[in-house]
Amino acid sequence: MAELITTYDTDVIIAENGYDDHFHEHHHGDKYQSGFIHHYIFSMDHKIIARQFLITGIFWAIIGAAMSIIFRMQLGFPEESMTWLKPLLGKWIVVDDTGMGTLAPEFYYALVTMHGTILVFFVLTAGLSGTFSNLLIPLQLGARDMASPFLNMLSYWFFFTAGVVMFYSLFLNTGPFSGGWTAYPPLSALPQASTGSGTGMTLWLVSLTLFVVSVLLGGVNYITTVLNLRTQGMTLWRMPLTIWAFFVTAILGLLSFPVLASGFFMLIFDRSLGTSFFLSDIFIEGQALDRVGGTPILYQHLFWFLGHPEVYIIILPAMGLSSEVLSVHARKPIFGYKAMVLSILAIGFLSFIVWAHHMFMSGVNPFISNFFVIFTLIIAVPSAIKVFNWITTLWGGNIRLNSAMLFAIGFVSMFISGGLTGIFLGNSAIDIQMHDTYFVVAHFHIVMGIAAFFGMFAGIYHWYPKMFGRFMSETMGKIHFWGTLIGAYAIFWPMHYIGMAGVPRRYYSFDAFDAFRHFTDMNKFITVAAIIVFFLQLLFVLNFFYSIWKGKKMTTRNPWEATTLEWTTPIDAGHGNWPGKIPSVHRWPYDYNKDEREYVPQHIPMVEGEEAGDH
Amino acid sequence: MLGLVIFAIIALIAVIIVQLSKVSDLAAAIKGEEESKVQANNRTAFWLVIFMIVFLVMSVTSALYYKDSMLGYGPHGAASAHGGSIDSLFNVTLFFTGIVFILTQIVLFWFAYKYREQKGRKAVFFPHNTTLELIWTGVPAVVMVYLVVKGLFVWNATMSDVQPGEEYIEIEATGYQFAWDIRYPGADGLIGTKHFTLIDPATNPLGQDWSDEKNIDDFMAQDIVLPVNRKVRVAINSKDVLHNFYLPHFRVKMDAVPGLPTYFIFTPIKTTEEYRQGLKDYPEWQAPADESEPDGPQRWEAFDYELACAELCGKGHYSMRKVVKIVSEEEYEEWLATQQSFYMSNIRNTEADPFKGELLGYEINKRKGELESQFAAVMADTANVGQIINLEHVFFKTGSAELSDNSKYELDNVAGFLKQNKSISVELGGHTDSQGDDSNNQILSQSRADAVLGYLSKKGIGSNRLTAQGYGEASPVETNDTAEGRQANRRTELKITSK
Repeated sequence: MAELITTYDTDVIIAENGYDDHFHEHHHGDKYQSGFIHHYIFSMDHKIIARQFLITGIFWAIIGAAMSIIFRMQLGFPEESMTWLKPLLGKWIVVDDTGMGTLAPEFYYALVTMHGTILVFFVLTAGLSGTFSNLLIPLQLGARDMASPFLNMLSYWFFFTAGVVMFYSLFLNTGPFSGGWTAYPPLSALPQASTGSGTGMTLWLVSLTLFVVSVLLGGVNYITTVLNLRTQGMTLWRMPLTIWAFFVTAILGLLSFPVLASGFFMLIFDRSLGTSFFLSDIFIEGQALDRVGGTPILYQHLFWFLGHPEVYIIILPAMGLSSEVLSVHARKPIFGYKAMVLSILAIGFLSFIVWAHHMFMSGVNPFISNFFVIFTLIIAVPSAIKVFNWITTLWGGNIRLNSAMLFAIGFVSMFISGGLTGIFLGNSAIDIQMHDTYFVVAHFHIVMGIAAFFGMFAGIYHWYPKMFGRFMSETMGKIHFWGTLIGAYAIFWPMHYIGMAGVPRRYYSFDAFDAFRHFTDMNKFITVAAIIVFFLQLLFVLNFFYSIWKGKKMTTRNPWEATTLEWTTPIDAGHGNWPGKIPSVHRWPYDYNKDEREYVPQHIPMVEGEEAGDH
Repeated sequence: MLGLVIFAIIALIAVIIVQLSKVSDLAAAIKGEEESKVQANNRTAFWLVIFMIVFLVMSVTSALYYKDSMLGYGPHGAASAHGGSIDSLFNVTLFFTGIVFILTQIVLFWFAYKYREQKGRKAVFFPHNTTLELIWTGVPAVVMVYLVVKGLFVWNATMSDVQPGEEYIEIEATGYQFAWDIRYPGADGLIGTKHFTLIDPATNPLGQDWSDEKNIDDFMAQDIVLPVNRKVRVAINSKDVLHNFYLPHFRVKMDAVPGLPTYFIFTPIKTTEEYRQGLKDYPEWQAPADESEPDGPQRWEAFDYELACAELCGKGHYSMRKVVKIVSEEEYEEWLATQQSFYMSNIRNTEADPFKGELLGYEINKRKGELESQFAAVMADTANVGQIINLEHVFFKTGSAELSDNSKYELDNVAGFLKQNKSISVELGGHTDSQGDDSNNQILSQSRADAVLGYLSKKGIGSNRLTAQGYGEASPVETNDTAEGRQANRRTELKITSK
């Protein structure tokens, strides 16, 4: 074997071995960069768009989390006066003669609804997949940009507009939509059923329709880029797991969001054009509705045909990010790369044939549920494979326990805890009792809320230097990690018990029921934990923005000694990512400690006699 | 002001944390990047293990601590026949997932500790291992198959509809914003049809179709009262938006969907009283039910099964409570006897009644039975003359001597009796109230008695056995000062004149 080189002069290697696409001979690139507006606002550069998605996502995460704090205060401390919130919430705080202010039930439900909508769509879909697909797909594949930078820009601005519309709806006199993030008709179809189902619901539908457009534009771009713009040597089986995850995520989005849109259009027709896709036999507000023949269950099918893939749209990117972070900081190849890819594909496929497990108790024929139970519980197998592979990736490593790695480990812990409760709920017989109780709330918050956030945090701490050329503060990062890990379990673990006691979710107050009202201490505990965790997230936001300007500067272009291509670009990469040729790829992305070399990046040619790492 | 202070405090804390972080980063730089990194790494690894231990200990002990307040554990066993199988499925799943949970969390955090970065160590190159991967594909697959099969058996047994010929009680629950209406089928055991266009919140809250005779004995109940150990089929409906019929203690849950009737079948196996006895021995149930009344009933004494809504239905979703009472068969029968048919107490003979002015089948049958026993009493009586039977179901149009259609049932019964007992002769006596002119009343009563006589002769009773006598207002049976009294006084009597 030839003498092994252990330090890499990337520029020289790319110049010698890279692929010349003659990119810089054309000057079209300049218009992306010239002027403040084209550079920072209507940018078509995927790196800027990624940051736009991230910062918008952070904005929405703060709003969505703050809402949860307000309704948690109602649940934990219903006796305490909320008059002090009146300047913020106005008429939604009802103050009685004694000065005691209480949250109006309508607004409680509006907060719950908005919290769900914002977190699921704006934060964990756009903020997570939007950010990292944009950042990493071109960089890790060795592409100059997305296949269509223009559509990519549109994707962000549709998302932005969707956000503006939703934000506006918060200030309506009748309040934002309040019928749950799933927006089941007839509650969402009939303005007379609830104050939030009037203009609030109209704006909700407009906003989410715009959002669907954003997801589709983004998804088309991600898929095309992955299929067509991989650099020389980057075969599909040499793509990092992040890319596999974003790729499958984009396919899921492209196949499922249009179905949601069709459901939305039918709902819009029912609301405004007098159709009855989802309405029948209704007597409301002293009047019999003259529209018959539809069924609300049709909407549930359409909704969950998106809704279930949606939870994988949220969790797959987090899985991809965590896989990558675990591998880099354990200094080991991800264990079972092919099994991981196949698991992602299997999960992606299965996610399309399990939707009715959200509807076991909704009046569908019980016989049909048999199939959905089987498919749902099959998902446990690829999920288990992934968990065991992550754990084995740690085995025998040389693990750097920095903030990014800690969040990736936390992700695995959360995914285990939340995933296992899915085995209870996926079994329809147990779901009879557990459906719509706090057990479900605990399950999905841990497995796709907290876990997805942990994956996102791992990604942000890890790729922050790539995005901003500086590092986030490790000390603040660790405070953030420990507080969030302990706090998130403190919030959601007790909810399992409340759920097992049968307490239903979406209750404004538990007082009316003898069976539900004896958990005041636990509810107080949860609320206090939620408030603490909320402030810790503000610490993260502080760290994030502080570090943009004041963080420790990045001095080498590959600070984590990672193997993937994004670390071969200059620290301050301009449009087109690589100044000269683009790197060509010679190996899979996980050559850590394969031989004497601690790590071998993908663009390093194989030396004579060297065997491929993924043999 | 307070808000400003809180804001200032938060801002201050933020500044402090930023400064501390800076100091700690600076300190690291002074100590030497490498050395401080190693120290930090060791520290973090140590705390990961501590976290793992505390987390696992807490999760197990908290579960044990809250065991008695969870359904399925302690005193909260399922109160329905199928509920036990759901609880045991839950526990089997808990067993398997519990093992996986504890083992994976231990291994995850232990590896993170054990393989923390150390100077001079080189990570192992271990990209995959087919045997290992097959094991952890196969084992979960086998466990899943077991859970799926077990689960589907429970599911299909629980959700199957009643079979033809099966004994069960059917009740109906209708959800609306924001309460439930509970309807019982009454004596016929059948729930009458309803249609949402017939709903009138004041007079017909469910939209019952009164032309369907099955509705006549249906009644609405304040609480859900059911006998223990009897199969119950709840027909579940909604009037407006989605609701969910949720009985936590019975492991019953099903959406109420407008336009799509659903159902749930369950068999209560513990009466409310038996369930209370089960709670009695637990200290948390020995506290006063109402904290403001320390001497009032204790929690276990005040316990009731409850019905709740479990599908978001609007701002009052959290308040759709009903009490469920499971009682013995005898108590159930007693309770049934006290319930009033909605039709009889609210609809009968109002404008909404399609049978207004008509006798209902069961009323005809009931009256026939009464008459027959009165005839039997007459026959058994040793006296030969003078027994009087009030012909309650003989009616005339107001102020006229024309028999109304409804009278035929009573008179046909009388004719039947007279045909069977050929020796009997009777007098048909007409009576009026005191309203109006005396002589007119006399004439009216006579012509009414004649009309009855005429009807009976037409039915083939020899006129030699019948006499008709008008008594006018001369012999009232009640006061003429009230409407009810006057109604009782307007009557046709049958008096035995020979036997």
